[in-house]
Amino acid sequence: MTADSASPDVPLHLARHPFFRGMDPDFVARLGAIAYERSFEPGAFLVREGDPAEEFWILFSGKVAIEIVLPGRPRTTVQTLGSGDIVGWSWLIEPFISRFDARAVKATRALGIRAASLRSLLNDDPTDGYHLLLRLLPVIAERLENTQLQLLDLHGA
Amino acid sequence: MNAPSLETPNPWLLAPYSVQERKAETADTATIVLAPPTGHPPLRFEPGQFNMLYLFGVGEIPVSICGDPTDPEHVVHTIRSAGRISAALGGVTTGATVGVRGPYGTGWPIEEATGKDVVIVAGGLGLPPLRPVLLEMLRRRDRYGRIEIIYGAKSPRDLVYYDQIQAWRARSDLRFQTTVDTAGPDWYGDVGVVTTRLPDSRFEPKNTIALICGPEIMMKLAAQALVQRGVDRNAIWVSLERNMKCAIGLCGHCQFGSDFVCRDGPVVRYGTVERAFAFREL
Repeated sequence: MTADSASPDVPLHLARHPFFRGMDPDFVARLGAIAYERSFEPGAFLVREGDPAEEFWILFSGKVAIEIVLPGRPRTTVQTLGSGDIVGWSWLIEPFISRFDARAVKATRALGIRAASLRSLLNDDPTDGYHLLLRLLPVIAERLENTQLQLLDLHGA
Repeated sequence: MNAPSLETPNPWLLAPYSVQERKAETADTATIVLAPPTGHPPLRFEPGQFNMLYLFGVGEIPVSICGDPTDPEHVVHTIRSAGRISAALGGVTTGATVGVRGPYGTGWPIEEATGKDVVIVAGGLGLPPLRPVLLEMLRRRDRYGRIEIIYGAKSPRDLVYYDQIQAWRARSDLRFQTTVDTAGPDWYGDVGVVTTRLPDSRFEPKNTIALICGPEIMMKLAAQALVQRGVDRNAIWVSLERNMKCAIGLCGHCQFGSDFVCRDGPVVRYGTVERAFAFREL
C-alpha cells in the first residue's frame, strides 16, 4: 500500500467515475476536497472484516476480491470488483463495522473518503445524502441479486 | 436447416463410431472424439447442432457437437455426467463403440452475424455447443466486428477447455472473459455471475448479434441484460435444452410451447421464446 496523496486531479477523477457521473457538481467537488488517492499492491487489504469501516473506497483500476473467511475453510472469493466499482457500504450502516475482507488481487488504484467526514457531509445536507443513497441502492440491489443467483448454483443445474 | 423426417433415409439408423480419444475436462465432464466407421460419409454439421449418442445396452441421449466444423472426420462431444447414460458415455474408453445418428436441429446464425459485433455468453457446459461457432468465426475473422466472449462456471475447477481458453485469451482479435461463482485465494480471475461481466464488454448494441448457451435461467438473465444494453431481442439467440428422444419432431418429448426443440431448435431467437421463458410449466 502506498501513502495517501491529495492530487489536484482528485475532484476531476471523482466526477468522471461512473458512480458519481451526473451528480451535482458542487457536491462532487465537496467530496473531491476530502478524497485522497491510494494505491494497493496485490495482496494488500482495503478492508478487513470486523474492523471499523472508516473509509469509502472508489476504484479506478485493478481488481479487488471480496472475501469471506470461515473457520476451517479456505478463504473464499464471492465477488471481484474493478474499475468503475465501489467497495462496500458498511461505512454508512451502524455500527460501521466491515462485514467482508476486500483484498487487492492486482495492483489497484482507488480514491478514499474518510467515512466520518463523509457521513458528516451527508448529515449536513440530507439532499446530498438522499442523492448518494439513490446511487448506492442500485449497487446494493444488484449485488444482492447476483448473490441470490450465485446461491441458486446456476451452473450446477 | 430442415430437420430430417421419416422421408429422409434412415432417420433412426445408428452408425457405429469408435472412440479415438477421451480427455477428462473436470471431475464430472469429459470430451470424447469419435471416428466414423470405414466407408461411412463424414459427419458434416452446422455449429449448434446435436447428435444422438447411443451406448449399446445403456441408452441414447442428445449431445451437442463441439468440434471443428471443418473436420467432419472427428466428431467431438463434451459430456457431463448428469445421469446413468451420460455417466456411461463420458466414461467410455478408447476403442469403444458409440452409436451416432445426426446431426439434428438448427444451428447458430453464422451468416446473419456477418458484419456485426458478436457477443457470446456461455454458462457452465454451455461453452461446448458454442465452440464450433467460435472456431468458424475465427476461421473467417475478417467477416465479423468485435468478438466478446463471457464464460461463467461454478468454480475454477469446473472450467472446461482450459488449454483452448488460454489460446483464445492470448489472441488480440477477440476478448475472452472468464468468471466463476466462487473461488479460492489461488484464483486471480473474476468472480461473479456472467451478467456482471457485460458492462465491461465492448460492442455496438444496434449492430450486435448475441449467442447464449447455458442453464435456462442464466440465458434468460443474460438476454435481459443484453436487451437493457440495447441489443434487439431477435438478434439474441439461445440454445434450448429439453428431453429429446426421437430427434426428428415426432415423439413430442421435447415440446416447448408450440415447437419441438429437436426440430425447431435447439438454437432459436430469444424474441420467439422470451414469453415462454416466463412460464414455469414449460
